[in-house]
Amino acid sequence: MARILLNVPKQARRGEAIEIKLLLSHPMETGQRRDETGAIVPRNIIRDVTCTYGGALVVRLELFPAISANPFLHIAARAGASGDVVLTWTDDAGLVGTETAAVEVV
Amino acid sequence: MNRRRLLLTGGLLVAAPWLPARATPDAVADAIRAVTGGAPLQPGRVRLDLPAMVENGNAVGMTVGLDDPAAPVRSLHVFADGNPLPNVLHAAFGPAAFRPQLATRIRLANNQTVHAVAILPDGTCWTASVDLVVTLAACLE
Repeated sequence: MARILLNVPKQARRGEAIEIKLLLSHPMETGQRRDETGAIVPRNIIRDVTCTYGGALVVRLELFPAISANPFLHIAARAGASGDVVLTWTDDAGLVGTETAAVEVV
Repeated sequence: MNRRRLLLTGGLLVAAPWLPARATPDAVADAIRAVTGGAPLQPGRVRLDLPAMVENGNAVGMTVGLDDPAAPVRSLHVFADGNPLPNVLHAAFGPAAFRPQLATRIRLANNQTVHAVAILPDGTCWTASVDLVVTLAACLE
């Protein structure tokens, strides 16, 4: 995982939205392409993405090869108490990634 | 190998990557049935934002959600009937979600119809679709 960009505001007001933007560097190889010898390039996509805030689920995603390379995701959590936004993902190669950002609720 | 066999084999090798060209409407209907469990689909309540003209099918910005940002939703599902595989994404929202909406970028292989399905906590299924024209298709190189 070469590059992870997680954009979350440092502060949020209670009851308002915490806009969460995630950009991952990943080829999202579809399993449909062939290399120059005609062999199918094995599928390697990020299958699952889970986002939690303060331990509670925001969204759980199941992705398919129709998601673009270097996947971008924009979701929103409801600001409750100060806590961590945690994103976790798994790809076909078994690589598990996680990224955390703290949000202070005022 | 004579010249005719060589040409034939070469032709097949070139054609092969395009063989699984698109999902059929049946495959999309099956994929939708797999998530709804056969519940009837009603048009409306779902908002699917996609451009009608797509210049580059490799990365198309898409927003999917409900018309009413305060409405609870159990899950959102997106399907593309012109891609090799009908499924695009499934999303299950939890209690910490602010609104039943997400934005991402998708691949589109052909001129096609993209369908979004929302399943509400009461079990009803709502749908919206967008017809679009793709100038540069994804997945072909």
